[in-house]
Amino acid sequence: MKKTAFLAFAVLCLAVAASAQSGTVLLNAAGATFPAPIYSKWFDVYHTAHSNIQINYQAIGSGAGKAQLTAGTVDFGASDMPMTDDELAKLKIKALHFPTVLGAVVPTYNIPGVSADLNFSQKALAGIYLGTITKWNDPEITKANPNVKLPGDDIVVVHRSDGSGTSFIFTDFLSKVSPDWKSKVGAGTSPNWPVGLGGKGNDGVMGLVKQTPDSIGYVELIYALSQKIPYGFVQNASGKFIKADLAGVSAAAAGAAKEMPDDFRVSITNAPGATAYPVSSFTWLLIPSHFDDASKEQAIKGFLAWMLADGQSYNEGLSYAKLPPTVVAKEKKALSQIQ
Amino acid sequence: MNRLRLIWRKSLNVVMLTLTGVAAFGVVAVLFLILGYFIWNGGTSLNLDFFLKLPRPEGEVGGGVANAIVGSLKLLFLAAIIGLPIGLLAGVYLAEFGGKTFSFVVRYTTDLLNGVPSIVIGMFAYSLAVVPVKHYSALAGGAALGLMVVPITVRATEEFLRAIPTSLREGAMALGASKWRTIATVVVPAASGGIITGMLLALARVAGETAPLIFTALGNQYWSPGWNQPISALPLVVYNYAISPYDDWHRQAWAAGLVLLTLVLLANIGCRFVINRRGVRSV
Amino acid sequence: MSTATTPIDRAAPPESGPRALFHRLRHGDEVAHVVTLTFAALILLITTLLVFELWIRSAPTRGKFGFGFFWSGVWDPIGGNFGAIPFIYGTLVTSILALLIAVPLGLAAAIFLAELAPRKMSDTIAFLIDLLAAVPSVIYGLLGIFVVVPLMRTTIGPALKKTLGFLPLFQGPNYGVGFLTASIVLTIMVVPFIISVSREVLLTVPREQREAALGLGATRWEATWKVVVPWARTGIMGSVFLALARALGETMAVTMVIGNDPKIRESLFAPGYTIAAVIANEFNEATSDLHRSALIELGLVLFLITFILNGLARLLIVATERGGGHS
Repeated sequence: MKKTAFLAFAVLCLAVAASAQSGTVLLNAAGATFPAPIYSKWFDVYHTAHSNIQINYQAIGSGAGKAQLTAGTVDFGASDMPMTDDELAKLKIKALHFPTVLGAVVPTYNIPGVSADLNFSQKALAGIYLGTITKWNDPEITKANPNVKLPGDDIVVVHRSDGSGTSFIFTDFLSKVSPDWKSKVGAGTSPNWPVGLGGKGNDGVMGLVKQTPDSIGYVELIYALSQKIPYGFVQNASGKFIKADLAGVSAAAAGAAKEMPDDFRVSITNAPGATAYPVSSFTWLLIPSHFDDASKEQAIKGFLAWMLADGQSYNEGLSYAKLPPTVVAKEKKALSQIQ
Repeated sequence: MNRLRLIWRKSLNVVMLTLTGVAAFGVVAVLFLILGYFIWNGGTSLNLDFFLKLPRPEGEVGGGVANAIVGSLKLLFLAAIIGLPIGLLAGVYLAEFGGKTFSFVVRYTTDLLNGVPSIVIGMFAYSLAVVPVKHYSALAGGAALGLMVVPITVRATEEFLRAIPTSLREGAMALGASKWRTIATVVVPAASGGIITGMLLALARVAGETAPLIFTALGNQYWSPGWNQPISALPLVVYNYAISPYDDWHRQAWAAGLVLLTLVLLANIGCRFVINRRGVRSV
Repeated sequence: MSTATTPIDRAAPPESGPRALFHRLRHGDEVAHVVTLTFAALILLITTLLVFELWIRSAPTRGKFGFGFFWSGVWDPIGGNFGAIPFIYGTLVTSILALLIAVPLGLAAAIFLAELAPRKMSDTIAFLIDLLAAVPSVIYGLLGIFVVVPLMRTTIGPALKKTLGFLPLFQGPNYGVGFLTASIVLTIMVVPFIISVSREVLLTVPREQREAALGLGATRWEATWKVVVPWARTGIMGSVFLALARALGETMAVTMVIGNDPKIRESLFAPGYTIAAVIANEFNEATSDLHRSALIELGLVLFLITFILNGLARLLIVATERGGGHS
């Protein structure tokens, strides 16, 4: 009796486990947490519309996305930092960058008693993350926020512990506005942070900031919005303090929209323009230029085409800006490079 | 003077002995505190949706962990198929056939394997089972867990086989059975209760492992068909949801943790109960 | 002329060559021996392969940095500069601190269970404590994040600062996550091991020892502390090594509460990093061979340390159970 029951159970398990529906195309992807909310929404919506296509996206960070694409363990990757020439050289199959959305990295903070939006000057952000500005009532911060009573508490700095495109966007900005930062730390996905706690993924950083009083972290806009945690204004290249929003991000991308390089690799941090939000960025899907499996190739091309058209209508609902129309047109042409 | 010293010694006696009692009951209290926390925080989130639905996109409320539950079961199944036979047969060798030095080496190596941090096993499984085939898979995760199952199973098998009295073996042989026949049809069945409980304990142990899965199973939002696709698992869900900022995901992390904890504790309670009754030193 | 054929004459000649082998195989004993031997050898093979893989794949950093890897405190994936010190520091600090709390606690509980409690109570409590040892690491991590971290930030941290704040150990901002929090979580995780093994070891101490001490007028506590525990001390040392090995390799619970900052800091409130935690966080994303090799070399170090500790632990425990704690 026990034997037959066990046998039946085993057979049932095997049946359930091995049931791969025929015609299902399974794509595995990994990468950035910056766009993870919109990506997971897109893949979910796309799957509902095309039930035979399943895109499993694991948000493990831009660094991991690039690494796993290079190792060939995922079908495509996602990153907020474009691959450098060195990284591209390591790929066995050439990869194409496809911008998907425009997003903003915001300085979010959790200061007990302070619910106002703070202004952060370029020097303030660099100083906080360099560890030279250690208290919330430091003159560099208070002089930009005369109407806010800031406590004399120590600032708890939060950054990413994993290889992060969001880190790249933030440090790219800091490198452009602070020579000190540029020489001491530089820009990258895993910089040698002088101070701070490390959180895993945008959600890890958001989680730490949410739970740690007197903390400051940098996250993609949607994370701060959805958690209803305040985030500050950042001083842009024209000296104005801008709060991240769709208009500000699109303004930052205006220059790039006009002169987008063919490989779509561009940085729009600290962009010129009075209304531009200085810590904006594109984020890219890294798609191999060649797929052995024709069904995967079709699926990916189909998804990308959808993403450039209907997909964009979901961006603003999740506080990402739409791609500029010129960029969309260029990408549609680039789709043919995938074989 | 002596009187004082006696009083001192006697008071010290009472104080220290009370402290030891406090320590013991304190540690036990921690167990109940842990259970309590999980039941309190996770119990309310255990609804039908939780068990039957797939996860919603990031940030949205609702959804469940059905794929993680099935994923954990699939991984355990793989771990069992891969690890239990190796453990069982190696244990049989050590108990029934082994020569002195070789057995010593095997036992020592098994203990060594048992002590390897699970993150290192994960790295090993990544380079052997993920890189060559170029994808994360349930198989790689199952192999990593299977490797961890081996040492516990070897120990349990060997101990319980050794506990079978030689008279049983001799009786079978006197009736004409060859050695392997004796082992297969008399000794192992006699020890099977203990061996099976040892195996279940091993599986319960790996059911909660997260680190090896990060590099092998990776995780999956959907059902994972077959054995070659990345797969979700309860410990992965607990980890990823716990470090996120979403309250709904925190809720689900507690609930998933409660499920995991319940399974592991039930398996342990059941198995240890059986083992203790048999009077053999527990695994 | 008839020759009386005896059964012995009629018996088949002794077999030789392939027929003999086949016949022996059919009996199955040889097969069983070979098959089980193969599986036992498989364990040796896999473990050797594991060590081999760790060794080979850490070759890039071993070649580039040599022993300098262990003196360097820089961890800079972009610059290609790797050093193990912050992680070794973090691993050692959290584990040793955990043991400093866990050993007295665990030993006290073990003494209670072995010496004082009636057998049934002792068995039940030991049973429950064994259950604590079975709780998965990620569960402790979850509790760490939502229970211990806030507790540290609101209660424990300020209390320590008020009382012991003059020590550099307890100065600096209190984030909630950090070395101390990780140590507390580790303490809870390793205490069951110390209790379980110490209790068993104490139970093997011969009754005559206790009775002799009591007969000489010692109090219960004196008999325990001055006679029984010393007798079992090598075994207890063994349990400590086992617990240490467990603490060193602990990954999930630690990475969820330690703050993930690869720096050496004096304050226990500061964030840190351990070997296991950095591997968990960075392995998946190591693009450069050097980065991955550095992580694997860290894993190799961890492996070697736990290997030595576990080996010593086993020796000590076995020694106690055989002969008692003669020095």
